[in-house]
Amino acid sequence: MKFSYFLLRRFLHSILVLLGISVLIFIIARMLPGDPARLALGPFAKQEQVDNLRHKMGMDKPLYLQYVGFIQGILHGDFGLSFQTRRSVSLDIKHYLPATIELVVVAIVWVLIIGVPFGVLAGRYKDRWLDNVSRVVAFVGVAVPPFVVGLIGQLIFSYSLGILPTTGRLSLLMPPPPNRTGLLLLDSLIAGNFIVFGDAFKHIILPSFAIAMTGIGQITRLTRSSVSDVLSKDYIEAARAFGIPKRFITFKYMLKPSFIPPLTILGLTFASELANAFLVEQVFGWPGMAKYGIQAILRKDFNAIMGVILIVGLAFVVVNFIVDILAGYIDPRVRIQEEVIEK
Amino acid sequence: MKNKNRISLSDDSITVTRWMSFKDRVGRSWYRFRRNPISLAGASMVFFVIFLAIFAPYVTPYPEQARAFTDLENTFQPPSRSHWFGTDEVGRDVFTRVIFGYRISLMMAAVVLGISVPFGVMLGLISGYFGGRIETIIMRITDVFLALPALVMALAICAAFTPTVEKAMLAVASIWWTWHCRLVNAITRSIKTEEFVQASKVIGDSHLRILFKDILPNCASAIMVKVTLDAGFVILVGAGLSFLGLGVQPPKPGLGTMISYGAAHLPTKWWLTVFPSFAIFFLILGFNLLGDGLRDMLDVESEGI
Repeated sequence: MKFSYFLLRRFLHSILVLLGISVLIFIIARMLPGDPARLALGPFAKQEQVDNLRHKMGMDKPLYLQYVGFIQGILHGDFGLSFQTRRSVSLDIKHYLPATIELVVVAIVWVLIIGVPFGVLAGRYKDRWLDNVSRVVAFVGVAVPPFVVGLIGQLIFSYSLGILPTTGRLSLLMPPPPNRTGLLLLDSLIAGNFIVFGDAFKHIILPSFAIAMTGIGQITRLTRSSVSDVLSKDYIEAARAFGIPKRFITFKYMLKPSFIPPLTILGLTFASELANAFLVEQVFGWPGMAKYGIQAILRKDFNAIMGVILIVGLAFVVVNFIVDILAGYIDPRVRIQEEVIEK
Repeated sequence: MKNKNRISLSDDSITVTRWMSFKDRVGRSWYRFRRNPISLAGASMVFFVIFLAIFAPYVTPYPEQARAFTDLENTFQPPSRSHWFGTDEVGRDVFTRVIFGYRISLMMAAVVLGISVPFGVMLGLISGYFGGRIETIIMRITDVFLALPALVMALAICAAFTPTVEKAMLAVASIWWTWHCRLVNAITRSIKTEEFVQASKVIGDSHLRILFKDILPNCASAIMVKVTLDAGFVILVGAGLSFLGLGVQPPKPGLGTMISYGAAHLPTKWWLTVFPSFAIFFLILGFNLLGDGLRDMLDVESEGI
């Protein structure tokens, strides 16, 4: 299969999935008990006012027209008004999203700099003590709920040792850096303010680690089994027989093929980290989109719920698209496999 | 037509395909399972918890405290001989509530998987066997469901209801079928071209008979492994929902709910958080170890699980 054709197929598939998500969310939103207009105006509003708002929100039109209006709104970046903050949902999301992005990106970095090297070493030294440690890490990482990692981390590093802060993104007296990207770590670096950077970094260690725990476990195990698979291949044996130095074999012949399986599940890792953010932001009072989403769900703020879920879906679809393309680019077999499965 | 009983002796790193009697197969599987200390540990952990949960009213010291109960003289007692895990903000024994919390967690896993697995397996069989447009439609629907993390999807569905355990179970069950549908679909696709299925077709077996007599038994071990691993995962998601206030509602003793209430009393009243946290970890770890052991024992390809 040609690469451009593969690209197009994946792209169309992503669009289809996004449309599916939007239908699903629309249905869920319509299932919400109570009249959104009544919820927005409160119990003391007059019936006329409620009817008026219903008309304004387009809720007196037939369902399919409502859906079309909903999609049109989304395409213009308009998710409607949030009832809890009385602002437009897109403004709210713009306000809260960077904190979550920062958290998830740092968590992915943890997974890559801890999980991958750890997995490579465990696979390289199979059945030795390091491999056993990696097995324990993997089992524990997958079995501990992320909010538990967060709480126990707070208990040890914040309350007992007092070296890491418990909540928030910055200390109370720390002046936030000029807002450029909304990512505090990046903003403080741009401003050249290393004190703020250090403070922000201290704040992000525990929550990002709590989020990354599951991913570290999964990626370690997968990298390990993939490395040990590759090491048992004939061409590695042949290279060894030729007397090629060990270091050369490891870096030239072993690493690239053994990174393909971990790469293909990186999309899943990202998804689990986004899900974990919904739990962990709550623990650390992290002012991110996930916390906003939970508040919206608890208060039945349906525009905000739809907005948050759609953003999560969009992020997931985009990341998976990128991962698929990367995998297809590095490993042509992925493209062929796709073709075989479709037939 | 009997099923193909393929046993591969991965211990010897040679794959031997041969016919074995049922007794032989069970014996060999049990042998493999027994030799693996990890899976034995997992099995004992799970059965220990199930035992505690079933006999909760008899093994706990204060079973009446599993519900709404106040004993204002005994609030916030640290762990002691009479209260192993201490007491909570209204004087209830945390140990008792953790064991009753296990009941709810296990019930949740059983209900969610009991609803979603048969449904997913059925759709997987149908889509994999008949193919064509039915398959495309079913698989595209699973794509949409799998496009969001399970917890986020469950949150979205929970949002539409007033939060209770039953609603949380329903929400999780309504997304969980997709994984089993995918798994069974993949196995069915690869099996339906095998000779023994073709032979059944030739002698005029009905589709229903082929699906249930030829194909389903060959999916059984993969489903079993997945269900075991899923039990831990469902409990994890359930605890997450409860932690966020969308699952088990107080005064019911949900493990996630207990942790979320306990977190407000950190760090001085650490026992309110630490013991329920460890309890969840213990149970999920048990299911994961057991599932891993079953996977080795039944020699299921790890792909898709």
